[in-house]
Amino acid sequence: MHYFESGDLGRFSEVGKFRKELWDKFSAYYEEVVGTEGALTKREKALIALAVAHTRQCPYCIDAYTTSCLERGASPEQMTEAIHVAAAMDAGITLVHGVQMHKHLDELGA
Amino acid sequence: MNGLPIAEARFDFEAALAEHGLSLPRRAWTTLQLNVTRLCNQACVHCHVDASPKRTEHMSREVLERCLELLAGVPSLELLDVTGGAPELYLHFRELVERARGLGKRVMVRHNLSVTLDGNPQTGEAMDWLPEFFAEQGLEVVSSLPYYEEYFTDKQRGKGVFDKSLAALRRLNEVGYGQGAGLELTLVYNPAGSFLPGDQASLERDFKRALFERHGLRFDRLFTITNMPIARFRRDLERRGHYERYMGKLAGAFNPAAAANVMCRDLISVDHDGRVFDCDFNQMLDLPCQGDPTVFDLSAELLADLPIRFASHCFGCTAGGGSSCGGATA
Repeated sequence: MHYFESGDLGRFSEVGKFRKELWDKFSAYYEEVVGTEGALTKREKALIALAVAHTRQCPYCIDAYTTSCLERGASPEQMTEAIHVAAAMDAGITLVHGVQMHKHLDELGA
Repeated sequence: MNGLPIAEARFDFEAALAEHGLSLPRRAWTTLQLNVTRLCNQACVHCHVDASPKRTEHMSREVLERCLELLAGVPSLELLDVTGGAPELYLHFRELVERARGLGKRVMVRHNLSVTLDGNPQTGEAMDWLPEFFAEQGLEVVSSLPYYEEYFTDKQRGKGVFDKSLAALRRLNEVGYGQGAGLELTLVYNPAGSFLPGDQASLERDFKRALFERHGLRFDRLFTITNMPIARFRRDLERRGHYERYMGKLAGAFNPAAAANVMCRDLISVDHDGRVFDCDFNQMLDLPCQGDPTVFDLSAELLADLPIRFASHCFGCTAGGGSSCGGATA
């Protein structure tokens, strides 16, 4: 028994048990954004979602969007590139804060 | 549902049809599909036929003659769909094709591409004459290529198959296939795992772009086919503990529009012994047409009164965009 059970994703809609109208608005928005072709294809959207799932480390989303990417025709190479983009962004975001460190070093005369 | 394993009882296809108010009587019998041999030069992970280089089953001369008689005598039959195994390895393949074409019927061959280069695994006979023969006979060639990249293709069909497939496609292009000049080349995508195929039109665009830009290869259209939870693929799912999950996925994606166009409404599948089935999958499950007729009993009139036999694996044909030997159905 783990805190995150893969079957729990199937219970996601139980969040709508209270204040269902909020859940319904979220569901409609989510489906419109992620589940339809727009300026981006459904495959491109799934690859973005997969990358975000990794940066936010959501086990449900990683399972769901790994499958979704495959079912939208993506290859493991494309999916791996997507998570490298996420990883590179994470690394860049960490490193760019080095500017703040340098500013504070300057303030301290170090 | 007494006596059925739990998974089979849980995934009740006929209950799903009833729930959606669907009834699926036969339509005009247009396609005769012959499984002429189980012999194949490959042994693919997801092969529902369990075909391999070790299989020895071939359609007998008597069954062959009767099938040609049906083809000639049933006016609604438009298409002979020749499958296997690698059907080109069937002892009487050339004769079957030539005589069916002589009857003025369309003939489709399920060609795995690599057999052209590998030859017959049991006799060593070279098969490099196939592209010219296909072109000369005006056959419709339908070839499995799981993906337009090496990884998924070789993972599913064996190491080196992707490169062989490209070489065989080049040969087909050279004799006129896929060039828009009347020789039709269809590729078949199926997922390299327990997930559903993507949108057929979208994947066709990807395949066409990738194969042409990277390899200079052309084809006419792409069929997407769902992996059937039977035979080798089912055993693989069970070994990984994913059978129930996969069945749940198929049943959960039931699409009434896809169900309305299932191939068993227009097709009859015949095995090497001449037994008659509603589809190739039922054949592999030994689920014959009601009454277990053979080709010697078969007629359009007999068929008209036979209800189609469904079982849990039929969810594979009705999930998402649908699946058939002719690709998506919805």
